[in-house]
Amino acid sequence: MEQVTTDGVAERGLASSDWAGGTLPYHIGHKKLGMWLFILSDSLTFGALLVGYSYVRVASQNWPTPFPFSPSIVFSTVMTLCLLSSSLTMVMAVAASKKRDLAAARKWLFGTMLGGGAFIVLHLIEWNHLIGEGLRPFLLPEEWAQKWPGASPLFGSTFFAITGLHMFHVFSGLIYLGVIAMRIKKVTDEDVEISGLYWHFVDLVWMFVFPLIYLLSVDYKP
Amino acid sequence: MSETASEHEHVGSTSLFVWVWIALIALTFFEVFLAYMDIKKEIMLVVLMGGSIIKAALIMAYFMHLKFERLTLVLTLVPAMVICLSLLMIFFPDSIRAHDLRMLLK
Repeated sequence: MEQVTTDGVAERGLASSDWAGGTLPYHIGHKKLGMWLFILSDSLTFGALLVGYSYVRVASQNWPTPFPFSPSIVFSTVMTLCLLSSSLTMVMAVAASKKRDLAAARKWLFGTMLGGGAFIVLHLIEWNHLIGEGLRPFLLPEEWAQKWPGASPLFGSTFFAITGLHMFHVFSGLIYLGVIAMRIKKVTDEDVEISGLYWHFVDLVWMFVFPLIYLLSVDYKP
Repeated sequence: MSETASEHEHVGSTSLFVWVWIALIALTFFEVFLAYMDIKKEIMLVVLMGGSIIKAALIMAYFMHLKFERLTLVLTLVPAMVICLSLLMIFFPDSIRAHDLRMLLK
């Protein structure tokens, strides 16, 4: 199945010749390994931000739970579905690219970009709604300050920093996928797969941002 | 050295990926449903994070193809990621002390 070594060693487990030079020990190209290492480092960036957010939240005397079912939770759930669906279309793009069906790969890449674009549009509407209510990076709306006395003003800074950095990653991903789609005839199937790794990572990060930022702050009293 | 990952066999059928996607959607709806349940915040946090870790594992294993890569790559990436992320949590208990201190001074 895997025939990577130059001396004909082909096995899935560890082979001593893998580490003797003249071969790719991980059986992946250097570009793909580079993307994996970037993902590793970026996961620490988001991990640090989410731990910092959790620290501030637990240490606070009070923390606002301002998100109503509609529009906030409905929007963020639809945004999650957009990202998950775009990950599926990305998988299809990679599969089509492996088969060298470039027209289909480009179509699936555009589908992925559509999901990412919908995510950004919905998120900006949500941001606009919160800014309209008076939320700022270091200031809570007057109504919130009365509803949750002693609430930390850092709600806004953590919210905008984490969701903003994530949105920037989605935006960067859209440009990345756009370049890959436009150059689909010139890039290799490994390049498409690498862009997919980035896109799935953006999706993966949201799987932690969504419950920590939104679901643990729903405005609901049973 | 001339042969690289481009010669990797593409593993995983379309139906497998669709099933993973369905599982991810189902877990998402479960999490939203849980957010409106009358349960303690600590329990909710543990269950929500458990769900998120399962979702992350599914995405990494199937969508990012890690399940189909060499074990050496998995062993290089995953333990480093898990250990570093766990080490970030090392100062977290201090937040409880800070909270208790705030409540005392209130």
